[in-house]
Parts: sequence; C-alpha cells; structure tokens
Amino acid sequence: MSNTDKIPLIKMTDISIAFGGIKAVDHVDIDLFPGEVVAVLGHNGAGKSTLIKILSGAYKRDSGKIFVRGEEADINNPRDAKKYGIETIYQTLAVADNVDAAANLYLGREILTKIGTLDDTAMEAEARKVMGRLNPNFQRFKEPVSKLSGGQRQSVAIARAILFNARILVMDEPTAALGPQETEQVGELIHQLKKDGIGIFLISHDIHDVFDLADRIAVMKNGKMVGYANTKDVTKDEVLGMIILGKCPPAAIPGPGAMQEA
Amino acid sequence: MTETTTTKYGAAKVEHQGAISRFLEATEINTRLLGMLGALLIIWLGFHFYGEIFIGRGSFLTPRNLWNLSVQTSSIGIMSTGMVLVIITRNIDLSVGSMIGVIGMAMGLLQVEILPQYVGLGHWSIWILAVITGLVLGTVIGAFHGWLIAYRKIPAFIVTLGGLMVWRGMAFLSANGRTISPVDPTFALLGGGPYGAVGEVGSWIVGIVACVGVVWMLYSGRQASKRHDFKLKPMWAEIFIAVVGCGAIISSVLLVNAYPWPKGILKAYGRAHDIDMTGVFVSHGFAIPVLILLAVGIAMTFLMTRMRFGRYVYAIGGNPEAAALAGINTRWMTLKIFALMGMLTSISAVIASARLNSATNALGTLDELYVIAAAVIGGTSLTGGVGTIYGAILGALVMQSLLSGMVLIGFDSAIQRVVVGSVLVLAVWIDTVYNSRKN
Repeated sequence: MSNTDKIPLIKMTDISIAFGGIKAVDHVDIDLFPGEVVAVLGHNGAGKSTLIKILSGAYKRDSGKIFVRGEEADINNPRDAKKYGIETIYQTLAVADNVDAAANLYLGREILTKIGTLDDTAMEAEARKVMGRLNPNFQRFKEPVSKLSGGQRQSVAIARAILFNARILVMDEPTAALGPQETEQVGELIHQLKKDGIGIFLISHDIHDVFDLADRIAVMKNGKMVGYANTKDVTKDEVLGMIILGKCPPAAIPGPGAMQEA
Repeated sequence: MTETTTTKYGAAKVEHQGAISRFLEATEINTRLLGMLGALLIIWLGFHFYGEIFIGRGSFLTPRNLWNLSVQTSSIGIMSTGMVLVIITRNIDLSVGSMIGVIGMAMGLLQVEILPQYVGLGHWSIWILAVITGLVLGTVIGAFHGWLIAYRKIPAFIVTLGGLMVWRGMAFLSANGRTISPVDPTFALLGGGPYGAVGEVGSWIVGIVACVGVVWMLYSGRQASKRHDFKLKPMWAEIFIAVVGCGAIISSVLLVNAYPWPKGILKAYGRAHDIDMTGVFVSHGFAIPVLILLAVGIAMTFLMTRMRFGRYVYAIGGNPEAAALAGINTRWMTLKIFALMGMLTSISAVIASARLNSATNALGTLDELYVIAAAVIGGTSLTGGVGTIYGAILGALVMQSLLSGMVLIGFDSAIQRVVVGSVLVLAVWIDTVYNSRKN
C-alpha cells in the first residue's frame, strides 16, 4: 500500500480516556486510508473497543484529536459520528430486537411522509433493495429481529451501515457469532466495500478472524499501542507475539506500548 | 424482484398450514387479540348466566350495564395507554393514583373556591381553565418524575413509589382533607351521566365517521402496498375486516342508543324545560368519557405506530444501548414518556372527579395497580419492548368487567380483590406459556 502520499480518511492522534483511575486508552495514534482494511487487535481489555467507541461517538475522549479527511472533526455523540460518514457495527448491541429489519435499518433516521408520519412502506422497499444486494435469501422483513439467526442479524447490521453511504466502517468482532459460510459472506462483502473506497476498521481479539481480510494491523495492549505492521510483512506468530507479549517483530513499526529491549 | 420472491415465500409457507392459520395469516389478525376478545366474551357470558341461574335475573348483558361499564373503564383505560409506554421502556409508574388525587383536588379547589372569586360562580370559562390547569399540572409532575429517573438516574420504581406517598399527602394537605363539591356543571359533563352523553344522533354521527375511518384506513394501506409492489392481502380478507369492524361499531351505537334516560331524569328535564316528558324514549348515546377514551386510544395508537416517537419507544424497550448508539436521545425520551403519562393521568383525573361531581383526597386510590394490571393483562411485557395500546384498553375492559360483574352478582370487595389478583397472575402465566410455545 502506498499510503504516504494520500490524505487519511481517519487520523486519530494522542487519544486518551480513563475510567476512574484506569487508563483504558493511553495516548494512542491510529490512521485509516480509503479502500483499506485495518485490523485493531488485542486481548480483552486491551482498549481496542474503547478506542473505537471514541471514534463512533459512544464515549467522549479525555484528550486527543480526530481528523476526518484531514480536517479536525468534532465527535461527541453517535449522531456526530454518523454525520462524518462513520458507521459502526457492534458485536452484540447492533440491533433493537423487537422491531423488524426495516425499522432497524432506519433507526434514528426514519423516512417520513409529507405530514411527518413514518413511511413504513418506503422504508421496507428500500430495505428489500439493500438486503437483496447483501443477502438475497433474506425474506423475513415483517418479523422482529430477535427471530432471525446470528448471520441474518449481522447482515441487518451491515446493511444498516452501508444504507447511509458510510465512508468509514467500524466492525467490532464482525464474524464472532457467525458460521463458516456466513463468515465467508462477510469476507466477500468487505472486499466489495473496499472496492468502493470505503475504509474499514476491524476489531478483534482473534487474529484468525481478520488476518486474511486486513491490509494492516494495529496491536494494542493495556491501553497502549504496541505497534503497526503491513499484514504481508509479518506472520501470524509474530502478530501473536505482539498481542501476548507486546514484542514487536523487525517488520513492524513499534509504538509506545512495545516491550523495551533489554 | 420483490414480487417473485415474496410469492415464493408465501406459497412455501401456506402448504403445511391448516385453514385457520391460513385465515389468520391472510387477515393478519393477531392471535393475542383474539384470545383477549374470547376471554372478554367468556367473562361477560359467565356473569350474565350466573345471574340468570342463581339470582333469577341476568343483568350483565343489558344496555344499562354495558353503558355503565364503558364509563367505568374510561379512567383506567386512558391511563393504561400511557402505562404501556412506561412499561415498554422498562420503567414503572406507581404514582398515577396519587396524582389523580392531587390533580383532582387542584382542579376542584380552582373551580369551586378560587376562580368564582374572580369571574363569578358558574362562569363559562371555569371548566376550561380548570381542565387546562389540570393538564399542565399533570404534565409537569410527570416530567419531574421523568427528569429524576432519566437525568438523576433514580430508579423509576423508587421515584414513583415516593410520588405515590408524596402526592397523596399533598392531596390531603391542599384542603386539609375536605371534600370539594359540587364541581362546575359543564365540567361535570366530562364524567358522563345522562347529560354527559352525546345522544342518539350524536352517536350515529360518531359511528358513521368511525366506519368511514376504518374503510379509509384499509384502502390507503392497500394503496401503499400496491405502490411498492408488496404482497397484497386477499380481497376477501380486506372485506372481512371491514365488515367485522363496521359491524362492531354499529352494534355499539345500537347498544348505547338502547339505554334510555331513567324516569327521574326525564321528569327533571321536563320540569326544567317546561315540557311533558312522560313516556318519551331519550337515548343516552355514547358517554363523553368513552369518547375521550376513544380519542386518546386513537391518538396514542397513531403515536406508537405511525410516528418516530413510538418507534423509538419500542426500540429503547428492545435494546436501550442499541437505541442510544443509533443516535436516539434515550434520556429525553424517558422524560417525555413520563410527561405524557402525567398528562394522560390528568385527563383521567378530570373524568374521575367529574363523574363523582366532587374532588376528594382519596380519589384514584389503588388506581396505579389497576392501570398496571390492565396494561399487563393487555399483553405488555414487564421485560420491555412489547405492548400495544389496544391491548391495554382491552385489558382495562377485562378488569372493569370483572369488578362490576362481581358487584352485580353480589360478591363483596374482598372476593373481588382475590379474583382480580388471580386473573392478573393467570393472564401473565398464559402469556408466558403462549410465548414459549410460539418460539
């Protein structure tokens, strides 16, 4: 990837947040370019989900700056993030279980009729179009999302993101709840989204989920950035070493959280 | 694309279904609604024939009793439509009964002791000012509860349990326990009674407007489905729903028109207007509180199914975190829901005090429990996310049917409480069994 001459879609610099005395994210830098997939890896509690929730507006950062396409962005809540084209797909809390797929796709951004009422038929028609592209077998538009399988729910969540022309997509453990076939579907979808120039952050604690999908990886440990690497320059074992020990291989660029050589 | 796929889906499903489920799917009638109507029918027939057999006189299924039942249901029914929203969003409101007390007292004092000093006794504006004051007071109290719950993070159970005690105490303090009576004559009409009903012609107008509304809704729904090439309901199903809906409306008009003014009222009316009213048949027609309940029910159903507000209420109930992450301001929503509950409570306070023709500090005692029971019997889930307005109103009707039915056959209030309590538990149990079987 020749990223150096382009403006990053997202650049987060010196991001910190603390809960009580615990520094969940400690002076972290990260960036993302158009058409690129960056995997953010780390143990449970490494701070990766927290970092990404700052980007999507769910948490308010204590310090640091976020730039979207080179301009400083003011993200204080989920609505702000969506304004900048940042869409997030959460692992578990992606959908409101008791309403149908169309209602979930448009939650918070409903299509209204001229007199200000919900235009359910228009929303269902649009939902059918998007879902038809994503998951042609999906037909259960009238049922609450709680009745759907894990993969179907995931496709609803993904459809929700691309429906609004997301430029930046954040996926938290996108394949954790899915079977092999559905995982493959998500993989294909990610390739398709890359072609459209969308930048994607994949969050995972399992490198096998994301190694083949990601162009670059960023590894976090104890709230700090261990280092960055191009996926093709490192092996899975080396990345595991980064996750578990914080040890940076020669091909990676070490961050402040990297283990200091004795 | 949608055309072919939907038909394929429809055809595949129909194959292994019996006639009844095919009928239910075509008409899209909710089985829970059917169950509730069935329960109501059993209760009504049961009380009627119990009276017939053991007392020698079945008085439940008479125009007079059913008319009274409709009036008695109004107050609880109106509040239960708001309680549905509160419970859907995983909260509870225990304070509505006490709020009725304090709002009723405020309106009573205003129209009996305060306003007459300024505008004169019996002035036309008194009832309007009293009602507006009541609505504002109810909304403000509800909003205050909502603020404590949403922005100060005190559990709804605690806030409204406190409210239950505080507002009942305030109702007593506001007039040192006196009963304020009689209320303004126009205000009293809002509580029903022979004068507080719209009469024969008025009821027909209401009925015809309602029938036109039903047909128009079915028609516009069909047009919207056509515009987007969705699968249409079979024509016979649409006609069936229209016929049943209009039939129910017209029967209820015939019913309320079959209940005449009693002799005493006729005589009093005759004396007042200097005409001989002996033997004249004057229909009650729909009582005003029942029409208020209908208007509230329609408005709340519209709010919950056609407006963003209702969509957000369901979404918050289903998954509060997902709703917040989708950009919904859940705290502000909670405050608004409690404010709405307060406003509906004040409408009920108007009806309850008007019906009693006085304001007492005990007005609305235990109403909160009946309201919650009505919402729950009507299918509102205490775990959140599930509930309908029509269900809550039907639930209120079931409860009130039980209460007044037992009065008619001479059960005392101790037995009434045993029965209502048991029915509440039974209803929730049946619901649990039904849901686990459906999944």
